[in-house]
Amino acid sequence: MSCCKIVTEKAQQVLGWVDERFPLTSTYKNHLAEYYAPKNFNFWYFFGSLALLVLVIQIVTGIFLVMHYKPDASLNAAGVPVAFASVEYIMRDVAGGKFIRYMHSTGASMFFIVVYLHMFRGLLYGSYRKPRELIWLFGMAIFLCLMAEAFFGYLLPWGQMSFWGAQVIVNLFEAIPVIGPDLSIFIRGDFVVSDATLNRFFAFHVIAIPLVLLGLVTAHLIALHEVGSNNPDGVEIKKYKDANGIPLDGIPFHPYYTVKDIFGVTIFLIVFAIIIFFAPEGGGYFLEFNNFFPADALKTPPHIAPVWYFTPFYSMLRATTSDFLPYLWAFVTLVAGLTAWSVRNVWVRRLCLVLVVGVYWGFFGLTVLGKTKPLFDFAILGIHIGRGFDAKFWGVVMMGGSVLLFALLPWLDRSPVKSIRYKGGLFKTILTLFVVSFVLLGFLGTKAPGYAFFGLIPGGPVAAVSTILYLAFFGLMPWYSRLDKTKPEPERVTSK
Amino acid sequence: MSLLNKLFAAAALVVTMAGLPMGAQANEGPTLDKAPLRFDDASLQQGAKLFVNYCLSCHGASSVRYNTLTQIGLSEQQIKDNLMFAADKTGEQMMVALRRDDARKWFGVAPPDLSVIARARASEAGSGADWLYTYLRQFYRDDSRPTGWNNALFPGVGMPHVLWSLQGEQEARFVTRDDGHGNMVKQLEGLELVKPGSLTKDEYDEQVADLVSFLTWMGEPGQETRRSMGWFVLAVLSVLAVLSYLLKRAYWKDVH
Repeated sequence: MSCCKIVTEKAQQVLGWVDERFPLTSTYKNHLAEYYAPKNFNFWYFFGSLALLVLVIQIVTGIFLVMHYKPDASLNAAGVPVAFASVEYIMRDVAGGKFIRYMHSTGASMFFIVVYLHMFRGLLYGSYRKPRELIWLFGMAIFLCLMAEAFFGYLLPWGQMSFWGAQVIVNLFEAIPVIGPDLSIFIRGDFVVSDATLNRFFAFHVIAIPLVLLGLVTAHLIALHEVGSNNPDGVEIKKYKDANGIPLDGIPFHPYYTVKDIFGVTIFLIVFAIIIFFAPEGGGYFLEFNNFFPADALKTPPHIAPVWYFTPFYSMLRATTSDFLPYLWAFVTLVAGLTAWSVRNVWVRRLCLVLVVGVYWGFFGLTVLGKTKPLFDFAILGIHIGRGFDAKFWGVVMMGGSVLLFALLPWLDRSPVKSIRYKGGLFKTILTLFVVSFVLLGFLGTKAPGYAFFGLIPGGPVAAVSTILYLAFFGLMPWYSRLDKTKPEPERVTSK
Repeated sequence: MSLLNKLFAAAALVVTMAGLPMGAQANEGPTLDKAPLRFDDASLQQGAKLFVNYCLSCHGASSVRYNTLTQIGLSEQQIKDNLMFAADKTGEQMMVALRRDDARKWFGVAPPDLSVIARARASEAGSGADWLYTYLRQFYRDDSRPTGWNNALFPGVGMPHVLWSLQGEQEARFVTRDDGHGNMVKQLEGLELVKPGSLTKDEYDEQVADLVSFLTWMGEPGQETRRSMGWFVLAVLSVLAVLSYLLKRAYWKDVH
């Protein structure tokens, strides 16, 4: 008894010593023991902590992979690229290497699954709304980093898909007017994807992007803990506090959510283990079959597909053909027209006019800048509307833009309520259409361009319609979110 | 405009598609025969024997070490005595003596390393094993090819039919068909055995199945162990899941 007392006293002295020099206790209180989270988190709230878990898995397994992996595109004695062979070396000769590698390759796909579900949670409950705009923006930056990280990492096994995927994506930068061709050489460090590309992608994958990613995750969490978590009811728990200033509907993150998240982690690990131990290739979606062929610059695969997590955006790039541009312009005109009509401000109206004319000129009127590029004649409903740039450039704009659109959500959503629980049928319908089109785009992106559903319904038009629906979810949000018949929000959170 | 009609049709489709499974689809490309894989030691050893005798003279398996074969029930001595023709130590990799430049001269292409070929050849049409099983049984005589051999699954293949003494010689039957655009094209209809080899058709199929089983095993040695470990890991995680759920419930008793 007295012995325990001495130990406790000693521990407190040490803690006191530390606290005078570093805010250990206060940090622990601010972020865990006295960080009050709403008590009504549901299933969708597991994915934030799971994303953090996957990040840790990727970093730890990545460290061990780097110990054995060799970023070297030259051929070894057997005629196999050293980088490719070093991955197989890890799989066969490194103790436990097979599991480390499978954890890392599966982890990449799981990262995106978890992050997509985490973002969908934000859409469901309006987590991006005031005052959480910056949390959302940091999250968007994390998402972009994650895409870059996955893209750079995918080159490293130096298989056919690694090589040709990188070739296709870097070539996209060539579509940027004037600087494009030089820019793509600058990125590759060569005229084709080569050893130079492999080494710089390795550097970005293991040092540059992870550093930025960790910084952004920290910022995401600091911002979250500053304003507090949203919840499935979309109401602020800080509105009703007890005498001690503690939110009535809040519970300390630790121990309540730590034990709950540990349960979530075990369920996640079960799914993770099922993939790693029984289907590490994920049916060709997580590890593409073609990537078991070493990279060969002389052999273009018949069908180059990015990994599944990029395919929704890749699909939109592919859908942006010269046939599609007139419809896209019509859509931009519709949104600009609606904006000019509903915002009674002369400068906004002028801006809308500039946008419509600018996009028209960009699509169909670029005869001056476009001299070096093939020009296309465009027609809408048979009426000649002009000549413009190669649609490839607009495809690239579309691919980048469709990712960045998420960042605008905090300012596009004009609904009086945050949570889908109190939103009306209009929003629910449009959100459903958005999810369906996102999934369809993702599915079509894994298929060759001529794919037809059941061999009957051509994928091209489906992708075109899905792209418009995807854009409409964002572009028309200011209007449909206001038109939507919402229900009144409750004052306090509801239990379950 | 036709695109507009297509857009409307597709819009209707998008709405109805939501609940439909997307797995069903029309796949173009060859139909593959299902490889009857067997992972017992006897089959894998037979496959290893075929691989070392027929494949390893040109194709390396540079990621595989000879002593990996101890996993299929062979002793180091047995490996040394029966399977190692181009290496001194059992820890060495399965390399080829053939020079890559020579091979390129003779076959037009250096024979690829086969360490992970069974994984690489997988596609929507079937597993890599199915592809290999079909491929190794579809060589036929073709005098227009430099090697005198062609393949129904891999037209214009650089490799001659290495297993011909076992299978015998096949000849292709062609039919001339309209390709739907008014062009008459020659299409391969089937293969016929014109000169039997040392094995019957069934025996040959079985030998190829053993070889393909071995190639599949070689693609990831110890994949059986991985799966059996998986059950253990799942059992541990399930216990952990139950315990952590009970812990959560205990902590959350006072939250209302």
